[in-house]
Amino acid sequence: MARMKFLCDAERCIECNGCVTACKNENEVPWGVNRRRVVTLGDGEPGEKSISVACMHCTDAPCAAVCPVDCFYTTDDGIVLHDKDQCIGCGYCSYACPFGAPQYPQQSAFGVRGKMDKCTFCAGGPEEDNSEAEREKYGRNRIAEGKLPLCAEMCSTKALLAGDGDIVSGIYRERTLRRSDRPQTWGWDKAYGKS
Amino acid sequence: MTKQISSNKDSRLSRRKRMMGWSFLIMVLSVVLMPLGGYVYTDVISTANAADQTAESNPRANYWRAVRGGEEGYTDINRLEKNVLIQSAGENWRRLRNGAVATIGGYLVLISLLTILLYHLKSGGMKLDNGRSGKTITRWSIFDRIIHWTVASLFIILAITGLSMLFGRYVLIPVLGGDGFAAYASLAMAVHNYLGPLFVAVLVILILSWIKHNMINDNDIKWFKAGGGGIIGNQHVSCGRFNGGEKVWFWIVTLVGLTVGISGLILDFPNLEQVRSTMQNANLVHGALSIIWISIAFGHIYIGTLGSEGSLDGMLTGEVDENWAKQHHDLWYDEVMQDNDDMDVTGAKSSA
Repeated sequence: MARMKFLCDAERCIECNGCVTACKNENEVPWGVNRRRVVTLGDGEPGEKSISVACMHCTDAPCAAVCPVDCFYTTDDGIVLHDKDQCIGCGYCSYACPFGAPQYPQQSAFGVRGKMDKCTFCAGGPEEDNSEAEREKYGRNRIAEGKLPLCAEMCSTKALLAGDGDIVSGIYRERTLRRSDRPQTWGWDKAYGKS
Repeated sequence: MTKQISSNKDSRLSRRKRMMGWSFLIMVLSVVLMPLGGYVYTDVISTANAADQTAESNPRANYWRAVRGGEEGYTDINRLEKNVLIQSAGENWRRLRNGAVATIGGYLVLISLLTILLYHLKSGGMKLDNGRSGKTITRWSIFDRIIHWTVASLFIILAITGLSMLFGRYVLIPVLGGDGFAAYASLAMAVHNYLGPLFVAVLVILILSWIKHNMINDNDIKWFKAGGGGIIGNQHVSCGRFNGGEKVWFWIVTLVGLTVGISGLILDFPNLEQVRSTMQNANLVHGALSIIWISIAFGHIYIGTLGSEGSLDGMLTGEVDENWAKQHHDLWYDEVMQDNDDMDVTGAKSSA
């Protein structure tokens, strides 16, 4: 079974924000919510590096662990999704997440936030695949159509890779070897053995 | 001659003792100091090479070190903390909330309830030694009672809704189902968030109106030395309007209550743009102290109802039985009687 992962190659990302735009357009994300963002460290200095970041679909997801209503679930592909019908907008997942992925359409007094929204790896939600209800709440379900997340598909420099973690890390390993660099990632099977 | 030999012997013995002493000292020092030798190497030698190391260090490794350290960068998404790639504190918060707060807190609540149950089964609660006299005196004004019951009912609602946020997932989802609990939790959170600030306001009024009665005095120290005025042991201690225990409860309500209130207000207004670490810390303080507060409150509720006959009357009607006052607050009873006598005297004078 595939274990879906994102990987962003910091040597290739040129901070064009194409992934951010692609995601917003494809999923018609609410105003003020950005499922994906590009962060640049040392901006404007020699050696600046950018990374595109969204939900990393953790294996032991902190958001799921702290959710008071237990509305998160992991698909067979290792994608972390949540049920917006159950979400109460308490904000806990946003405190726990290392990547700042969970976001809310509002941040008002008396803890009113609305339903949490985050990257779905373009895999929709618990509703029927590609139904209108699913599209409205979670955006497109490209995985059900056999496609990968649009952010990675649209990446102009192929810095952002999405797909089965072993294939993605294989591509990255080849790249780093060709760059006569040290491979910095080895993938799930190498680290933990075939599962 | 014999004396000479013996003195020789003595000096040899003392020399040997001295040598043994020194050897022992050297051995102990070596055992303690030698393992620290590594620090000489790392501290002295590596500082000497530190300059070279940074020059040769891997820029990629430095980049990821900065990412892992939560360094702020630049992003086009103009929202709070979006320029941080990774925050590590969330994982600590998760471990502490789901671990220490939920586990120790859960046991604390259960231990508190169990202790009260065992105490009640063993002692049956405090009874009025001489029964009720039928004559009553005023203990709580209508203002006191309204304040008390407003704080009390809000406390219970906030405690139940708050505990649901921490334990509902484990306790209520199996009962209500995922969707059922989500519906309840949504309502519970709204109730908690809207009543919270109101609770803080009424709590402040309660603290301000009762603080003058709750200054700890010598009599309270005596009360504690007597094992809590006879809860442990059977020694009786005279006391005024409030005993040491009541005063301690007041100060717990004041200090814990205000801390819980302030941390709650921080959590309740995310529109003030608190950063995540502020929210995490506020949540831990709020959760841990609330659970401690709830566990102690069980004791207060028990003493006010089943635990001490006649206590509840005071808070319900404002009047307590004279025998209750004599038994539990004899100095206050004398004071009230004295005042009444004075009033009678003056009243009689003015009418005459």
